[in-house]
Amino acid sequence: MPMTISEKILAAHAQADQLVPGQLIEARLDFVFGNDITAPIAIDVFHKAGGKKVFDPQRVALIPDHFVPNKDIQSAQQAKILRDFAREHELPWYWEVGRMGIEHVLLPEQGLVLPGDLIIGADSHTCTYGALGAFATGVGSTDLGAAMVTGRAWFKVPESIKIIYKGQLRPHVGGKDLILYAIGQLGVDGARYKALEITGETIANLPMDDRFTISNMAIEAGAKVGIIPPDELTENYVKTRAKRPYHFYQADSDAEYQAVYEWDVSRMEPQVAKPHLPENTVPVTELADVAIDQVVIGSCTNGRIGDIRVAAQILKGKKVSPEIRCIIIPGSQEVYQTALKEGLFDIFTEAEAAISTPTCGPCLGGYMGILADGEVAVSTTNRNFLGRMGHINSEVYLASPAVAAASAITGHITHPAEVAGE
Amino acid sequence: MELKGYSFLFGDDIDTDAIIPARYLNTSDPAELAEHVMEDADPDFANRFQAGDFIVAGKNFGCGSSREHAPIAIKAAGLSGVVAESFARIFYRNAFNMGLPIFESSEAVADIESGDELKIDMDSGQIHNLTKGRSYHTLPTPPFMKELINAGGLVPFVRKKVENGGYA
Ligand code: SF4
Repeated sequence: MPMTISEKILAAHAQADQLVPGQLIEARLDFVFGNDITAPIAIDVFHKAGGKKVFDPQRVALIPDHFVPNKDIQSAQQAKILRDFAREHELPWYWEVGRMGIEHVLLPEQGLVLPGDLIIGADSHTCTYGALGAFATGVGSTDLGAAMVTGRAWFKVPESIKIIYKGQLRPHVGGKDLILYAIGQLGVDGARYKALEITGETIANLPMDDRFTISNMAIEAGAKVGIIPPDELTENYVKTRAKRPYHFYQADSDAEYQAVYEWDVSRMEPQVAKPHLPENTVPVTELADVAIDQVVIGSCTNGRIGDIRVAAQILKGKKVSPEIRCIIIPGSQEVYQTALKEGLFDIFTEAEAAISTPTCGPCLGGYMGILADGEVAVSTTNRNFLGRMGHINSEVYLASPAVAAASAITGHITHPAEVAGE
Repeated sequence: MELKGYSFLFGDDIDTDAIIPARYLNTSDPAELAEHVMEDADPDFANRFQAGDFIVAGKNFGCGSSREHAPIAIKAAGLSGVVAESFARIFYRNAFNMGLPIFESSEAVADIESGDELKIDMDSGQIHNLTKGRSYHTLPTPPFMKELINAGGLVPFVRKKVENGGYA
């Protein structure tokens, strides 16, 4: 029987020849991880489950990123639980401030999550690694704690939905716009339980950083994972980074999908998701009158070097509008250093934007850019739920780094072409 | 493995607040939670069912907050499990991880009436309606999942294996 990419990866890890959607399997995991919010509970579960050591120290990561550099005493305690556990178990994949990054930027960069892998993370955006051709999905702390002992987890084999993007993208349109459009079409639970397979000529021509953005937000349509078939670009990305062997899986041409969507995106405008759901997607031009207070460029969705470069291109020689706070957060120390070396920080500081060390910070309303009552932000993050970035009466518009940077210059939601003088 | 009991019908979209209201979440003692199981969906439920009985519900059972207290309350109350048309994703994972057997079958839900006596054969994936003399399909529960349920959930399951040298 023909199989989708998801079915092939799951079958390989469950030592099964054939799987069908709905089936329950127990499978071997290639990599597991948690962060400073979820891992402390998982560590507790690890102990309750009688865990003495982790199944393989090379395949476990603990990443303090949400409230680190420590926001307050409580977050300092949380981070310390990770640090103590990492030291006690001699885990190589633990990073302190100055070396760390947001988990979903850091792990691919470090070559720790790879094509063909089966990965669980105690974080909903674990689906990001679908961009590498991996099956990666978010779980709770209980699953992580148990998996840290066993190196295994159970799964229900999901049905797959295939998305095909056709056409060449217009200038200033990229991965964020493609995924926002898809979420707008599918709705926030349109792919609930399902695996997305994201393909087409548009994707084939899309850089890895944009692909990560797309897979990252698969969960915003309810999907378990958003897999992009691995190709030459994937190979180029992983070959110098990979810490262990990897494997490319492709779907059979006659594999079965619960639904197939085909979208011609050659005329698509940059997309923006209005408050308070990622599915409220409209072309940027429909929102030209929306005045804003803050711009955030960063997160596991858009904190990679490609994103920071786009923001720099737009901001070069320009100034952030005097009423606007523009906060730029490179997603990892590697992104930070690269941006610094390329002179992008000069562009940002001359534009009067603030640059932060890598952290999740404002993305989840943690710190470093909380919104006050009635304030409005354009953010390159992934969720604009009620109160997500601060006060319950604040609003978040989700957009690409290009739209966010352009909006920082004008003080209202802006098409990047407008400030680029095109 | 076989489960046997009478059915209690509930509707669609039963959320975790209906399964165990938030006002009781100041405890995580299973016995206390069990006293209030399904209270906001049917206030009298706790007085009517007997150990071994089943909850039979429509689609999206267990939606809403991801609290693990919900499957714990159902299990601790002594109910055999839940048959539903579909489950909310997090509830589905939580249920197995807490050791509560659950079964998806729209066929069964469409036909079962309140008070029907059910027997579920987890190995074959057959739901037998003894009252009506009919059978419905659900997915068989694979051996490792039965082991997990028997152990009382994921954590005791792993601990047992560790103690037996399985995950040294
Ligand atoms: S950047 Fe935001 S969405 Fe991503 S892991 Fe951090 S808090 Fe979660």
